[in-house]
Amino acid sequence: MEMRKVLAEELSKLMAQNKNIVLIDADLAKPNGVAGLKEKYPDRAMDIGIAEQNMACVAAGMSSYGFIPFISTFTPFATRRICDQVAISCAYAKQNVKIIGTDPGISAEFNGGTHMSMEDIGVLRSIPEIVIFEPTDNIQLKKALPQIINHPGVVYIRAFRKELEDVFNENSDFDLFKASKIQDGNDISIFCSGIMVQETMQANKILKEKGINADIINIHTIKPIDRKTVVESAKKTGVVLTAENHNIIGGLKSAVSEVLIEEFPVKLAAIGVNDRFGQVGRMPYLKEVYKMRAEDIVESVMQLLS
Amino acid sequence: MDLNLKCLEIRKKILTTIGTLGVGHIGGSLSIVEPLVVLYEKHMNIDPKNPKMEGRDRLIVSKGHSGPAVYAMLCDKGYFDESWLLTLNKPGTNLPSHCDMNKTPGIDMTTGSLGQGFSCAMGIAKASKIRKDGATIYTIIGDGESQEGQIWEAAMFGAQQKLDNVIAFTDYNKLQLDGALADICDIAPLDDKWRAFGWNVIAVKNGNDCGQIDRAIIEAKKADKPSMIILNTIKGKGISFVENAGVANHSMPISPEMVSEGMAELEGKM
Repeated sequence: MEMRKVLAEELSKLMAQNKNIVLIDADLAKPNGVAGLKEKYPDRAMDIGIAEQNMACVAAGMSSYGFIPFISTFTPFATRRICDQVAISCAYAKQNVKIIGTDPGISAEFNGGTHMSMEDIGVLRSIPEIVIFEPTDNIQLKKALPQIINHPGVVYIRAFRKELEDVFNENSDFDLFKASKIQDGNDISIFCSGIMVQETMQANKILKEKGINADIINIHTIKPIDRKTVVESAKKTGVVLTAENHNIIGGLKSAVSEVLIEEFPVKLAAIGVNDRFGQVGRMPYLKEVYKMRAEDIVESVMQLLS
Repeated sequence: MDLNLKCLEIRKKILTTIGTLGVGHIGGSLSIVEPLVVLYEKHMNIDPKNPKMEGRDRLIVSKGHSGPAVYAMLCDKGYFDESWLLTLNKPGTNLPSHCDMNKTPGIDMTTGSLGQGFSCAMGIAKASKIRKDGATIYTIIGDGESQEGQIWEAAMFGAQQKLDNVIAFTDYNKLQLDGALADICDIAPLDDKWRAFGWNVIAVKNGNDCGQIDRAIIEAKKADKPSMIILNTIKGKGISFVENAGVANHSMPISPEMVSEGMAELEGKM
């Protein structure tokens, strides 16, 4: 199922349970799959037009009244466009605003460079107290939403919009503030997030054939990062690869490096967008351009271990 | 109550507050004394002993640098002790130069990054509508602040959502930090702009006259759409050396001698 459908279904359920939840869109309710909620909750779901700055601050104002507002748009407009509104009216003012950004990084595909957020995590990561969560699959998103609602403060949900293969199953444990182990291994730590988890799983098949047993950990919450899990894995394997759908400056590589340089420095390499802007194209093409394919992960692992 | 006398008292408190620090946003603080006094003394449903009272009226001072004026008013209403006024911008203070809802009792929204407080006020008004608690949401924006695009995003939102529980004020003193609005980026004709954005517009000829402001608020309460009361004010109003400093009074040094001079002038009018 498309992630946006899961998002809409879960939000709908949660809005029925909790009358304080409101949803605010800025003319992207249809692509984000949540337009139907306006009919279901006419007083609590609204589209305020193409005015993201106003959206963030209206949400902050509603939060000060006891509501739990979700604002929803594409990732670049949810972050770099309204960085100050999110920083000041939402985070600094200690408001309980949840931000849904969809189409992260290269997944914006044919919307191209203007709509591709290679920096959204970096933009928000430098603002205190904001939780940054990137669901890996529908199951994780479903499990995360109630925890996000129960966490007071600003949470950024960096969600894929379309069909994505499940990595986890309904019985997997999920804690918003704890990284999710996917595979136990001793040869190398691979910390991955978002669509790069699936890519890592592909790479893992090839690595296994080569006799390499990777410790694969999904960092779904990049801030605050689960330091303990990162350090424990690095201590066990002694070598680290990060894989993210974001600029390797400011995102997962940076977050993991910051932890390890303080606690246990190891050899580290990164898969992700290497400080370049976005461009139009389908995902397979873009993964090739930015060297984000399974084979790029394998190549990087082989270099790290050589 | 003699509102004019109250305005003099508030101006004295502002002078004490900024004078203790030695520098501050005195011009834009003095220009909004009358709307603050009329709101807090005649119109707002609030309880200083219960600053977070549910269903209370709210005031969002979007031009957050006028904090010292709001603090003087809140102190006068008994939200906190007068000794707090001597701590403006001092380490660990509850009275920072710009309004902070998490530090000062009675402040309804953190403001200072211009344009944002006004949008927050629209969100608060929408929230009050959903709760059906009958609150009136007051907000004060600056004229220079009106150069922010976000003000006009929020203006469209307010009209679209029919937020007739909003009564907004523009402190139209015609001066901003770098000079006169007319020389930098003019916002005139301001009444036509707000009317075009779907708001009920009331122009107050003398925005430093309590009676005129009071009548405008009474009229605004009858409107079936959000109201913008345009206050033609004087930046630095009420203390001659501040008024005469003109554009320099946005934030200016205030020496102990200036405090004495200003106090004498204000007391002379009491």
